[in-house]
Amino acid sequence: MSLSYEDVLAKYEPVWGLETHVELGTVSKMFCGCSTEFGAEPNTHTCPVCLGLPGALPVVNEVAIESTIKIGLALNCSIASWCRFARKNYFYPDMPKNYQISQYDEPLCFDGYIDVEVEGQTYRVGIERVHMEEDTGKNTHVGTSGRIHGAEYSLVDFNRAGIPLIEIVTKPVPGCGALAPEVAKAYTAALRDILRALGVSDVRMEQGSLRCDVNTSLNVPGAEWGTRTETKNVNSLRSVERAVRSEMIRQAGLLDAGTRIKQETRHFSETTGDTRPGRSKEEATDYRYFPEPDLVPVAPDAEWIERLRAGLPELPAARRTRIIASLGLTNDEIQQMANAGVVDLVGETVELGAPAAEARNWWQGYVAQKANEREVDAAELPITPAHIARVIALVADGSLSTALGRQAVDGVLETGNDVDVVVAEKGLKVVSDTGALQAAADEAIAANPDVAQKVRDGKVAAVGALVGSVMKATRGQADAAAVRAILLERLGVPE
Amino acid sequence: MAHLARLARLSVTEDELELFAGQLGEIISAVARVGEVAAADIEPTSHAVPMTNVYRPDVVVPSLPREAVLAGAPSVEDDKFRVPQILTEEA
Repeated sequence: MSLSYEDVLAKYEPVWGLETHVELGTVSKMFCGCSTEFGAEPNTHTCPVCLGLPGALPVVNEVAIESTIKIGLALNCSIASWCRFARKNYFYPDMPKNYQISQYDEPLCFDGYIDVEVEGQTYRVGIERVHMEEDTGKNTHVGTSGRIHGAEYSLVDFNRAGIPLIEIVTKPVPGCGALAPEVAKAYTAALRDILRALGVSDVRMEQGSLRCDVNTSLNVPGAEWGTRTETKNVNSLRSVERAVRSEMIRQAGLLDAGTRIKQETRHFSETTGDTRPGRSKEEATDYRYFPEPDLVPVAPDAEWIERLRAGLPELPAARRTRIIASLGLTNDEIQQMANAGVVDLVGETVELGAPAAEARNWWQGYVAQKANEREVDAAELPITPAHIARVIALVADGSLSTALGRQAVDGVLETGNDVDVVVAEKGLKVVSDTGALQAAADEAIAANPDVAQKVRDGKVAAVGALVGSVMKATRGQADAAAVRAILLERLGVPE
Repeated sequence: MAHLARLARLSVTEDELELFAGQLGEIISAVARVGEVAAADIEPTSHAVPMTNVYRPDVVVPSLPREAVLAGAPSVEDDKFRVPQILTEEA
């Protein structure tokens, strides 16, 4: 029997840490001019450099260096004035060279932090290092299991090999207690938002451009930190949270039984939400790192760094603080928005000119409901602050009723089109022509003589069926209260 | 020696292990003599040329034709390099 999460916390304290790999959004690879475009035919984006053919000479992509420095600055890191690339030697058929060009003891950026907020409390997550390396090729394992274990053989596509990859490593984060999984998730979300704001990566987790390895350990309060495990390839925010939680529960079960935790690499299953053992962790020295002789050192001068710093956009945390302050909301209202995951969306909608109350209503109400139905975050829906701001404007000027606004939102969610396109295609328009409504009311009365008689006999509530009939005839484009009034008037029944 | 051989995925016999261990020892002690002449104020050298900051612009240049890329592969399937089993069932 596995322990409950509460059982785990009653006896142990977690320490977590994340290693996050981010593919940069450069158009060419890290050390050669091959395209980084996603989804190309296998092995069509390769050359002697990224295939590791003899005599090929890698040269560093300048934009990749600048992007890395920007990431370092945004994460409050120091930037190395001089650092080198290193060869990481290993045998695994995802790199044709039998080594990966990476950085070892001289990362370009080091010793930073970001602050994340969970349930009203701020947690500082230290950043150990930000270093540059190259992505690996993509293996497809062929065999009955479809997994690496038990595969008969594997097929390799080297298009991804050599795409600039940044590894961002946190310091170990103790002191989060029960919220450790949530803080790890919030850190990942904050990092994703920063990377997006910097414009250095498209950060599409589903395409693998942001991948996390989750380190977790447990210790008895007051004791030294426990042995950690590393769960590889955790590729969504929700999975980061689940991976920390499930490792805590698994490790606590072992510790309770007096079993030592083995330092190892584990794999995360998106379907079951738990981890299973992978390769046993090789010692760092096994990679036989040494300075990459083909690449000269990177030595950014202060002037270059300051120019990059001056060009940084407003970062999400500062932006959020500024927007929240401008909304003039209570702490409770802000908390409700945070719980619905719509703070930034509301803020951006207000920046586009919508009233704060309306923006909150739409995001926290109808859109959040749609997000729940689809089991995603509101931010992941194909609807943007620009869409909602437009819907709000159309409702405000009377072009749409609230009900029609909702239909417009539905249309955007289905098609991703602009609101005006959806409105035109669906023919969404408030029918305010009284003559047309009276004609529709008369038709409804004629078509439902029994219902009409009931209303005339005093059963006013029965008019609802006739209202429905008129609304149907006008495809929901009339104001229901106005329709009701017209029907009662035509039937000679006082309100 | 056996550890190095395993890391390099070389199969080496017991006799060879002994032979290579001796040879490697000689190489290492030969190279170590560099340390005797290098004064404390000389940094370890990783690059022969004192250059830094050599970069290329972020511009796409044409890749190799796929036929040429795969021509050197021992085995090809679905336009990909086919490689032997990576991990066994209980690796």
